[in-house]
Amino acid sequence: MSYYLLQALNGCAYGMLLFLLAAGLSLIFGLMDVVNLAHGGFYMLGAYLALSLVRWTGSFWIALAVVPLLTAAGGFLLEWELLRPLYRRTHLDQILLTFGVAFVLMDLARWLWGADVQSLPAPPGLDRSVLLFGTLFPVYRLFVIALGAALGLALWIVLGRTRLGATVRAGVANKEMTQALGIDIGMVFTCVFAFGTGLAGLAGVVAAPVQGVFPGVDFETLIVTLIVVVVGGLGTLKGSFWGSLLIGEADTFGKILLPQLALVIIYLVMATVLLLRPGGLFGGKTR
Amino acid sequence: MATTRRGKEGTRDGRVTRRQLIRMAAAGGAAAAGARLAGAFPVPAVLGAAPVKIGLLVSYSKVYGQLGEDITNGMTLYFDSVKWQAGGRRLTWIREDEEIDPQVGVRKARKLIEADRVDLLTGIVSTATAYAIRDMVHNSRTILIVSNAGGDQLTRARKSPFIFRVSFSSWQVSYPFGKWFYENVARAAVLTAANYAFGTESIGDFKQSFVPAGGKVLGEVYPPLNNTDYAPYIAQVEKLKPEGTYNFYSGSDAVRFIQQAAQYGLTKKTQITGAGFMVEQDVLPAEGPSALGIYSPLHWALTLQTPENLAFTRAYRERFKRDASVFAMQGFDAARVIVEALTRTNGDTSNKDRLIEAIAGVKFQSPRGPFEFDPATHNVIQTIYVRQVRQVGKTIANVVFENLGRVRDPG
Repeated sequence: MSYYLLQALNGCAYGMLLFLLAAGLSLIFGLMDVVNLAHGGFYMLGAYLALSLVRWTGSFWIALAVVPLLTAAGGFLLEWELLRPLYRRTHLDQILLTFGVAFVLMDLARWLWGADVQSLPAPPGLDRSVLLFGTLFPVYRLFVIALGAALGLALWIVLGRTRLGATVRAGVANKEMTQALGIDIGMVFTCVFAFGTGLAGLAGVVAAPVQGVFPGVDFETLIVTLIVVVVGGLGTLKGSFWGSLLIGEADTFGKILLPQLALVIIYLVMATVLLLRPGGLFGGKTR
Repeated sequence: MATTRRGKEGTRDGRVTRRQLIRMAAAGGAAAAGARLAGAFPVPAVLGAAPVKIGLLVSYSKVYGQLGEDITNGMTLYFDSVKWQAGGRRLTWIREDEEIDPQVGVRKARKLIEADRVDLLTGIVSTATAYAIRDMVHNSRTILIVSNAGGDQLTRARKSPFIFRVSFSSWQVSYPFGKWFYENVARAAVLTAANYAFGTESIGDFKQSFVPAGGKVLGEVYPPLNNTDYAPYIAQVEKLKPEGTYNFYSGSDAVRFIQQAAQYGLTKKTQITGAGFMVEQDVLPAEGPSALGIYSPLHWALTLQTPENLAFTRAYRERFKRDASVFAMQGFDAARVIVEALTRTNGDTSNKDRLIEAIAGVKFQSPRGPFEFDPATHNVIQTIYVRQVRQVGKTIANVVFENLGRVRDPG
């Protein structure tokens, strides 16, 4: 029994890692109808920047605080300069642009940091393991669960209880109407985009001690994040949260109960969810 | 990753459209970049005869990008030492990126063989790519000197007189270790590997000597390739309570597996062993103290105390400011094989049979020990060492402490 509880906890930790990424992507997609394929690139950039910052300052916590600001600034610039002129165009043009940015980021990372597989150690204090369910469990993963839950709570409060949150939700529901009410929807877009890429950077820092840092981590993670966002429903925080947990647990238990299907479990889950609820678990109208 | 695509459009009303202009500029840019890459290495003055064209096809992108660079560096180091000449001719190369995708590998190999008309092809990081180009290489009578891809069948069922391998076969690395494991580590083991050809083949090779020696396999676990979270699998291994495990992972998979195994306490509860690639120089620095104590078989180690290896590792470090790896050593030896063969044929690359005979006869003291080819399979015959990851002064390194003797792939 404790074996299954242990695995459930593993799935939860993986799910929270996914949530950090999915939250940003879902907001961007839900609000701006833009599939930001560079999201994985910002995630990877976050991990590499953390690597350099930790080497430079010696502190993981400084990196955790500073890196999201850096990637948010990067996202802000990207949206302002490159993406904005393309809103009048089709989806395809926007996707091509973000896809191109993703390739640029990948090569940039390879050029600046090399092609080696690198590693970011967990900060002292969190690099221990505790006895849980009869075996040693890394404290760092417990930290990831706590951080994910805290972020989820914070986002829920901001989105649900503040004026800013109301503005964003209104924009997701009906951007033309929101604009008609006198709100500068362009600025809201830019800020949400920057916030999304900031979250991606944060996810990069937090995941680096678990995942490792190497070129290619961007696309690997992007694919799983897209699945989570689709399963949870676009533009909803609740969807990102529960979608991440579902995928995290499905992946973990799929690996041990159905190892031959390990590679396709999460795609099967996605297909099933979409068949039953085409908008995702909590998605509203389908676009 | 840039590849130029040739579209079929002509001009519209005789004018060049903007789209074409962009395409031409892109093609021009790509060609310039390609020419720069090809001519990036210093080449000595013309010696009269046409230069030997060597096609180098390795992976420069994604997770195995470092392997491609290491192989290239190893070759550069050797070619520099002979001033890029052999058999009275200048040596030049054209480098292409196989990208880990066999389809891309086939395309690039075809380009090197048919369009660039290389005299020799070398490299190949990925076994899948090696199998994919095998027929093309054989049918076009192109000599291929493999400096990595370790798939057993490449020098067995799918061997070819034109294909030589200077690196290893997965059998050579894992088979001798099975018996050693039974005698020195544990009588029963759990086996895990990344679920792809290299991984499953290695586990099979290990079992071939472990089981007949009396070993008992408690269980086998195969995480998918590029798996992020090993926690569920580590928990499965722990449940079986083995005294020892034999594992196969490489690249980022190896880093994640070792780190997570340490975090979950697996490294303390059981003796972890694995094919040398799991703790090689490309991943050991990232694994750090988590890897301490791990036993691994391989045909080389950074700390191997042969005079050739000491010279090689020192020169490599001085030139490239980083430690050599087994891949760099393989590239170094591939370059040496090419140079020695060309010396024997006096630079003649047109008579393929003569060149094949020359290559097959090459024997020398490599950094890894005595090097020779098996005339029946064209695979290298070499010594396999057992190493353990230990703290050596300020660094963590694979220390050789046992020699499993000369190993020849059965073919």
